[in-house]
Amino acid sequence: MIMTTENKILKKESFSTLIDKLISDQKKVLGPVKNGDLVDYALVNAASDLTDDYILTVSSAKSAAFPKIEKLLSFTNSKEGSTVTDVDFNNLPELVIVGARPCDANGFAALNAIFTWDYKDVIFTKRLEKTTVIGMSCSKCDDYCFCTSVGGNPGSTEGSDILLTRMGDGNYLAEIVTEKGSKFYEAYSMFFEPAGDQAKDSMLANVPVKFDHKEIVSKLDGFFESEVWAEQSMRCIGCGACAYVCPTCACFDIQDENKGKNGVRLRLWDSCGLSLFTLHTSGHNPREVQSQRWRQRILHKFSYMPDRLNVLGCVGCGRCSRACPADMNIIEHLSNLMEVKK
Amino acid sequence: MDDLRKKAKELLTENKVGVVIGYGQGSSGRARAVFIKDPDKTDQLIFNDKCVQDLALYLSKAEVKKMGKMAIVATVPVMRAILVLASEHQFVSDDLVVLGLSEEGKYVPLDDFKAVEEYLGALNIVLSEEDRAMIEKINAMSLEERWNFWQKEFSKCIKCYACRAACPLCYCHRCTVESNQPQWIPVAADAMGNMEWHIMRAMHIAGRCISCGYCAEACPMDIPLHLMTYTLIDEIKNDFGALAGMKADSEFALSHFKLDDKESFII
Amino acid sequence: MSKENIYMPYMMRIEKVIEEAPFVRTFRLKFENEEEGKAFEFKTGQFGEYSVMGAGESTFCIASSPTRKGYIECTFRQTGRVTNALANMEEGNQIGFRGPYGNVFPIDEWKGKNLLFIAGGIALPPMRSVIWNCLDLRENFKDITIVYGAKSVADLVYKHELKEWEERPDVKLITTVDPGGETPDWKGQIGFVPTVLEQAAPSGNNTIAIVCGPPIMIKYTFPVLEKLGFTDENVYTTLENRMKCGFGKCGRCNVGKVYVCKDGPVFSLKEMKQLPAEY
Repeated sequence: MIMTTENKILKKESFSTLIDKLISDQKKVLGPVKNGDLVDYALVNAASDLTDDYILTVSSAKSAAFPKIEKLLSFTNSKEGSTVTDVDFNNLPELVIVGARPCDANGFAALNAIFTWDYKDVIFTKRLEKTTVIGMSCSKCDDYCFCTSVGGNPGSTEGSDILLTRMGDGNYLAEIVTEKGSKFYEAYSMFFEPAGDQAKDSMLANVPVKFDHKEIVSKLDGFFESEVWAEQSMRCIGCGACAYVCPTCACFDIQDENKGKNGVRLRLWDSCGLSLFTLHTSGHNPREVQSQRWRQRILHKFSYMPDRLNVLGCVGCGRCSRACPADMNIIEHLSNLMEVKK
Repeated sequence: MDDLRKKAKELLTENKVGVVIGYGQGSSGRARAVFIKDPDKTDQLIFNDKCVQDLALYLSKAEVKKMGKMAIVATVPVMRAILVLASEHQFVSDDLVVLGLSEEGKYVPLDDFKAVEEYLGALNIVLSEEDRAMIEKINAMSLEERWNFWQKEFSKCIKCYACRAACPLCYCHRCTVESNQPQWIPVAADAMGNMEWHIMRAMHIAGRCISCGYCAEACPMDIPLHLMTYTLIDEIKNDFGALAGMKADSEFALSHFKLDDKESFII
Repeated sequence: MSKENIYMPYMMRIEKVIEEAPFVRTFRLKFENEEEGKAFEFKTGQFGEYSVMGAGESTFCIASSPTRKGYIECTFRQTGRVTNALANMEEGNQIGFRGPYGNVFPIDEWKGKNLLFIAGGIALPPMRSVIWNCLDLRENFKDITIVYGAKSVADLVYKHELKEWEERPDVKLITTVDPGGETPDWKGQIGFVPTVLEQAAPSGNNTIAIVCGPPIMIKYTFPVLEKLGFTDENVYTTLENRMKCGFGKCGRCNVGKVYVCKDGPVFSLKEMKQLPAEY
C-alpha cells in the first residue's frame, strides 16, 4: 500500500461541478458513459454524461496514451521525392481520465515499460504526461475480477494521480497520490475539503484471491511444449477482442494510408491472436495454429514480460474474459495451469 | 437432453465419430463450446437459453477436423449453417453426424442432410419480433438517418473481427481484409473504414446468412451487426425467392445467374 | 529526421539500382541530409526498415559493410506490397530508412581465426555485409572460405562480387547451383550447399562458421558442421522473422522471450538451440 501524500474529501455535488469545470477549462475528460447496456469510456461534454452504474467499462483506458489509431508522420509524394512531416506531439491536449478503476490505472505501468524500454516512444510518453488519472476504487466486483491474484487490489492507488473512494455518505475520499495529482489538487482545491479519519477498506469490494501470480510466473518457465495450450484453446475463435480491451496489451501494426499524393503512416492496434500476426511473406507462419497463439498470449503476459521488463502483463481486470465470444476464461485457464503437470 | 447425451456416448463408444461438438457449462452462467472425445464425458452436454454460439463455426477449424469425424449438437441455426456449408461443397452428408435439437431442447435424430432439410422445411422460420421491429425502424429511416445510425454504431468498432470469427459462414482462409495488394479494406479502425468492412462483410454474407445472430452476440462493443445482414435476408428473399440454409444443394442468388432474373435496376 | 520520434525515417536517395537476379535488386542509398549521412554509423549484422511512403515498411539487413562510408546498400526480392513498390523505384527516387536495429556479428572476437561463410540464395545479402567487413580488415583473420549456392545460375546474387572474391588470392570461393540449375558454361560446382560443404570439408579447428540460408539448407548444414568439428559457440547465423517496429515494441518477432529485432538477428548456434520452436 503506497503512502499517500494527503487525504481530502470531494463531496458528491462537488464531483459533478469539478468535472464541469474541467470541461469548461478546455480539458478533455474521458469517463464511463452508459450507452444502452454498454458502459464504456467516452469523452464527455458534461458531468451528467457520466455514469457510476458499472463494475468495469468494456474497454480499458489505454487509448488515452495508446489510441487505436495514432498518426506517426505524414507525407506528400511527388516526382522529386517525398516530403515527410513529423507529428507535433508538443501540443497534445490535456486529458483527465475520471473513474479509472485501480486495475485500469495499473495498466499504464505495463504499457510504459514496453514503450520506453531501450527506444523511447515519445508519442506515448508525451500522451501519458498529459494524462491525469483520477481513479475510482471498487465497491463491487464480479466473478471475472481477479486483481488481488496479480498483485493489485480494489483500493490500490498504484497508477492513479488521485484516487477517489466512495464513502457511506455518498461523498468521496480523495487520496492525492502523485506529484501530478498534487498539481491537479492545487489547481482545483476549491472543490475539495479536508478529510478526517476515513475507513477506506470497509468500502472496498472483496475480490477473492484465485491464484498466486508469482507461482504462475515461475511455473511457466519450461511450459512451452506442454499439451495444455491445445486443450485450452480449442474453443478460441481467433479474434482480437481480448487484446483490444486489455489495459496492458500493446502489440501494434504500422500501416501507410494515402489519398493521391498525400498520406500518413499510422500505428494501429494489433493482436497476437490473429492468424496473420506472424505470417512471413514467404507463406511460413511460426504460429500457424491457434494453440501456438494462445500460448504466446499467456507466456508473453506471465513469463516474458516479467522476465524482460520486470512487470506482469496483466492487471486482473477480467475484461478479456467478459469480452470473449467463446468464453475463454483467463482465471480458469491460469488456475488450470497451476494444476497441470508439464 | 438425456437422449442426446446417450446418442453422443454411443457414437463415441462405437468409434463412429472422433469428437462431439456441443454446449457445456461456461463461466458465470454462460455456456461454451465443448469438444468431447471421451464417451464418459458426454454428461457435460447441456442446453439452455445461454447456448447462443453457432457451433457450426468449429466445423471449419482444422484443429477440430483433425479429431476425426465430427458429430455436432445442432440447433436450427446450426442446422441451417451446415446446409449452407454443404451447398458450398464444404461437407457431404457422410462427413458429419447432426445431433438435432429442437427449440425446446429435445433431441431430434437426423440421419442425413435430407432429414435436416425435411425437419427445417416443416418449421416456420422467422426473425424474432425484437429484430423485426428494429429492422423496420431502420428501413423506415431516410438514407441520411440510416447512414448516421450506422456511422454512430461503427465508430465504436475496434476491428477485432470477432464478428467474422464468430460467423460459421466466414471461413475463407484468406479474408478480403487480409489482402494488401490492393488494400481493399483499410486496416485502421476509424468510422469510415469500419463501415467499409461491415458493408463488405454484409455483401459477402448476403444470401447466405442464416440469422443465428452470433456476430452481434460476439461483438464486444454491443454493435447490432446482425441487423445489417438480416435486412439483406429480406431483400434476397423478395428479389430472388431464396432463403439460405434450407437445402443442401442450394444455388446462391448472388453467385448464380438465371435468365429470368430481375434486371429492372440495371435496364 | 526527428531524433525524438523513433518512427521517423531518414530520407534516402537511390544512387544506384542493380538487377541481381530475377526479381532481386540491390539499392545503393545515400542520405538526403549529408550531416545525417556523416553521423550515421552501424555495425555488421544490423538491419533497417526500408519504406516507400504510401506503401509501407519492409525489413531488410544492411547489406553493405560499415567500413564503407557514405552510403548503405540493401538487397531485396520482390514478393509483396512494399517490395513491389520498391521495385518500381528508380535511380534518383527517394525512399525512407529507419535503423540501424538489432545486434551485431562479434567480429572482434574472431580475430586470428579462420572464417567460413556459408550462404544460400537470397540469404547472401546479410552475409555480404560481414564478408566485406572482414575482407576490409583482412589482416585480422586467417583463412577465409566462402561457400555460396543458389537454385540456378540466374539466381546467384552479387555476380560481380562473386567474380571479385574468386579472383582474390586471399579468399577461397566455392560456388554451386542445385542439380539442374547449371548452364552449359557454368564452371562452379553442381550440388546442394550442405553436400558441397561436406565435400570441401573445411576443418572446424579454430574456425568460425557463419551460416545463412533457407530453412531447408540450414537444417542439413548444421549436422555437416558438427561432423567437421565445429562447436555450437563457433557457428553463427542470422535469423529472420516477421518484423514491424524493429525495436522490440510491436510484439511480432519474438521467439519465446527473445526478440529477433533486439536480441538478434545474429545468434550463435548455442543460443539458437535454446530458442523454442517458434520461428
